[in-house]
Formats: sequence, C-alpha cells, structure tokens
Amino acid sequence: MDKMKETVLEYIVDEYLDEDDEDEVSYDSPLISSGIVDSFSMVSLKRFIENKYSIKLPDEEATPEAFDTVNSICRLVNKHLG
Amino acid sequence: MAFSNSTRSLLADEIEQIKEDGLFKEKRFICSAQDAEIEVEYPEGASHEKVLNFCANNYLGLSSHPDVIKAAHEGLDTRGYGMSSVRFICGTQDIHRELQDKVSVFLGMEDTLLFPSCMDANSGVFEAILGQEDVIIADRLIHASLVDGIRLCSAEYDTFKHMNMKHLEKKLELHQDRRIRLVVTDGVFSMDGDLAPLDEMVELCNRYNAMLLVDDSHASGFIGKTGRGTHEHFNVIDGIDLITTTFGKGLGGASGGCVSGRSELIELCRQKARPYLFSNSLAPPIVNGSIKVIDLISSSTERRDKLEWNTKYFREKMEEAGLDMRPGETPIVPVMLYNAKLANDIARDMYAEGIYVIGFCFPVVPAGKARIRVQLSAAHEKEHLDKCVKAFRKIGDKYGILGLGKNEIIEKYGR
Ligand SMILES: Cc1ncc(COP(=O)(O)O)c(C=O)c1O
Repeated sequence: MDKMKETVLEYIVDEYLDEDDEDEVSYDSPLISSGIVDSFSMVSLKRFIENKYSIKLPDEEATPEAFDTVNSICRLVNKHLG
Repeated sequence: MAFSNSTRSLLADEIEQIKEDGLFKEKRFICSAQDAEIEVEYPEGASHEKVLNFCANNYLGLSSHPDVIKAAHEGLDTRGYGMSSVRFICGTQDIHRELQDKVSVFLGMEDTLLFPSCMDANSGVFEAILGQEDVIIADRLIHASLVDGIRLCSAEYDTFKHMNMKHLEKKLELHQDRRIRLVVTDGVFSMDGDLAPLDEMVELCNRYNAMLLVDDSHASGFIGKTGRGTHEHFNVIDGIDLITTTFGKGLGGASGGCVSGRSELIELCRQKARPYLFSNSLAPPIVNGSIKVIDLISSSTERRDKLEWNTKYFREKMEEAGLDMRPGETPIVPVMLYNAKLANDIARDMYAEGIYVIGFCFPVVPAGKARIRVQLSAAHEKEHLDKCVKAFRKIGDKYGILGLGKNEIIEKYGR
C-alpha cells in the first residue's frame, strides 16, 4: 500500500504541479476540491492508474470524490486488485 | 401537478447552497447601449447609475459603432428579420456566404463556417472531425465551451499543464500511436490575458505530426499588428489548422461564432457538426453588421492601435499606483487579490466610484487566485483610464494593498 501511495503521489506532483508551485501535496491533501486536479484533467490520472495496475475503473466509481486524495485513490485501486 | 412541492423545495435547496457557497450571480441590468459609459441598474430596482464599463469584451468599441448599426439596419431592410430555418435547408443567404468568405480572408484561412455562437462552434467541431482512433491534447485552462465539445467527441483526450511546452511534448510523444492528434488551446486566455506560445506549438505540432486548433475569441480583431489574431502575433498564420472565434466580443459583440481553417475540416463541419445542422445561424441584421465590422478592421488598424495604446498606458499607470497585476500585453488586465471576499468588496467599492468591474473567484479561476479582471476597450478615452486608475488608487489605499505583492496580500487577507 505504501509503495502504491508513493507511486500515485509522485505521478500527481509530476503531472499536475508546476515547478514553482508552493502547494505541498500529502496523502490526505484534497486534490479535486482544492483545484489541483480538475475534473477535466483527471483523465490522465485515471489512465495512469489503470495502466500501472492493469485494472479498469468503471466511470461510476472513478468519481471526483473517489479521486479526491491519494488515500482514497489507493483504496479504490486496492478494491479492484481484489 | 408535475412540478410538485418536493421538487420545488429540492431545487430551492440547491439555489440556497449556491448562495451559501458565495457563488450566486446577481442580476445587473444595463439600461443603455453597450459602450465605455453605460447606465446600470444594480442592485435590481436601484436607480440608474452612469458608470464607466471596464468589464465588457467590447475590445474594439464596435458594439455601438454607427456604421455597424447602419449596416445592421440595411440587413434588416434588405434580407429581413429572421430565417426560420437552419442553414442547410433554407437558412443560408448570400450574405452568410459573403461573411464567411470575408472571415476566411481576414484570418488567413482556407474556408469558414458560421455557427450560432462560438460556444456552438466549440461544441460541434471535435465530434465532426475526429473519431475514437484519435486523440485531443488540450491546455488545462481552455475555455469551458471547448471542454464541453471535447467531452461530446468519441476521441480519447488528454491535457497538458497550462502553456507548458515540455509537458505538451511529453503528451505528443505518448500519443504517437493515434491516427490523428489534435492540440487545442485558447489564443488569449480569458482569465489571465496570457498568450499561448503558438510559435512553439506550431513547431511541436509539425515535429509530432499533430493538428492545432486555436480559440481566438479574445484575440480576433486586435491581437497581431493588423489584428488577425494570436497567429499573426507569433507570425505562424500558415501553421494553424483550425481557428474558432466569436462575433460576440471584439467583432461587434452581437452574437455568432465560426470555425475557420483547412477546407476539408470545414467541409466535415458543414456535413456533420450538430449545432450547425440543428440550430439557426446568425440573423440577417447581425450578418450584415458583422460584414461591416470585418470591412472596418480590414481597412484600418486605427482601433486596434488605440486599444494597444490604452493597454500600455493603463498597465503603466496601475503599476505606478502599486497594484499587483499579472504581467502581459493584452487588454485583459487581471488585478490580483487572491482572496475572494477582498475581490468582491473592492469591486463593490469601485462601483460606488463609478467604475464597473467584477470580482472573479473559484471555480471560474483557481482557488486562492481571486482577482478583478479589468478589460480595456478602444472606446475608452484617456480620461476614462485615468478615472479608473484613480479609483483603484483610492480603494486600494482603503484596503492597504498598494505596493503589496502576492505574499503580502495573502498574509494580510488570507487566500
Ligand atoms: C475563449 C472563449 N471561447 C468561446 C466563447 C463563447 O463565445 P460565444 O459567446 O460566441 O458563444 C467565449 C465566451 O465567453 C470565450 O471566452
């Protein structure tokens, strides 16, 4: 789980933050509700997770709420890893 | 009754929530023609106030230009009021063709198709030209209407960090396996007033075999030395495959939009774009008015030159006054306040000084980046600009923000 959190966090920092951003992102930071990731650009995060863990996240589960923190994302992934 | 009390109260709760979130949009009525000076009823029911307008997209000051009004009258007299048909049945007049041809020449594109609005152009263009084998790669801050259009299209989509060319390149590499790649950006971004680096984007698109679509709604008519738009500014007119733009801002400000570009792409829009097929086009008076607008700005750069002068002068004076602006060269001047309440309070006090500006907050701009967006116009005279700066000085002083930078304002007022 910890490795997964690290991987997802690293992707988010790389994909969504600019070099000069002061935002510190932790496993519990809100991503969508804070505006770091918007619902339009969420698509690359979803695709990254699906490819990385070879799972398919149905649209009704890949909601802005489920994607709001690294922790909640990893919970969703683990559910699908079974 | 189908509209039951429980339905009503459900919807009322939602409206209440919007108010609680501080996102409720109040009604404001303009009781005069659109111009630098307008009469406003605000709040609803209040007596009319004469104020200077610094929040219209009337960049070229053509919204109430006598020649444009005259041309609209002529359109009404010679081609009637409405068409009562969509374009492809019996809703296309010779003047629609004339406007399309003139826009193509003005923008330097092969062909042009009119849409009821640029919102409609953006909703329809992607689905008409792309399929699921393709990918759209869009700047993260593109206009909402482009986002809607992209969502209506079956092509895969991806985004890149705002104006970050390294990130765009990474995404172009990632999607090399797709049939067609289409990169999408605004020419001028409406909230920050920044210019997409089209020279670099054209270069990348050539290198990675991608098409480029630019929404130039906040540029057509005045960006570039003869006002053709952002592509003229960066000297890459031939490198652009598609431009969408509006007649609802600088180009007369009535309504209507278009897609302009490579002829095969425009033909596909004519055959397949749903807002073109299923909604009426521009009414004859607006078509004729828009033709006059294109004629005026094709024959003289006087208006865009004046706008450029106004922009330089205003930015200089605001800088001297000590306001924190996003740097730039477009007539969109964001005065940064970071805190939403501060932006709204200052906008209200500016109104009391006779200056009509609006505070913009999340979700229209990112959280913690609230601002007042000042928009300049060729209709503004130097006295208007001076009065606006003077009011910003007075109100800025009242809130103690003059001379403060980002961190100091945030320290004082929070985000
Ligand atoms: C970048 C951009 N594109 C499109 C539109 C929509 O234009 P129209 O009013 O013609 O639908 C706007 C207007 O807000 C805009 O700012």
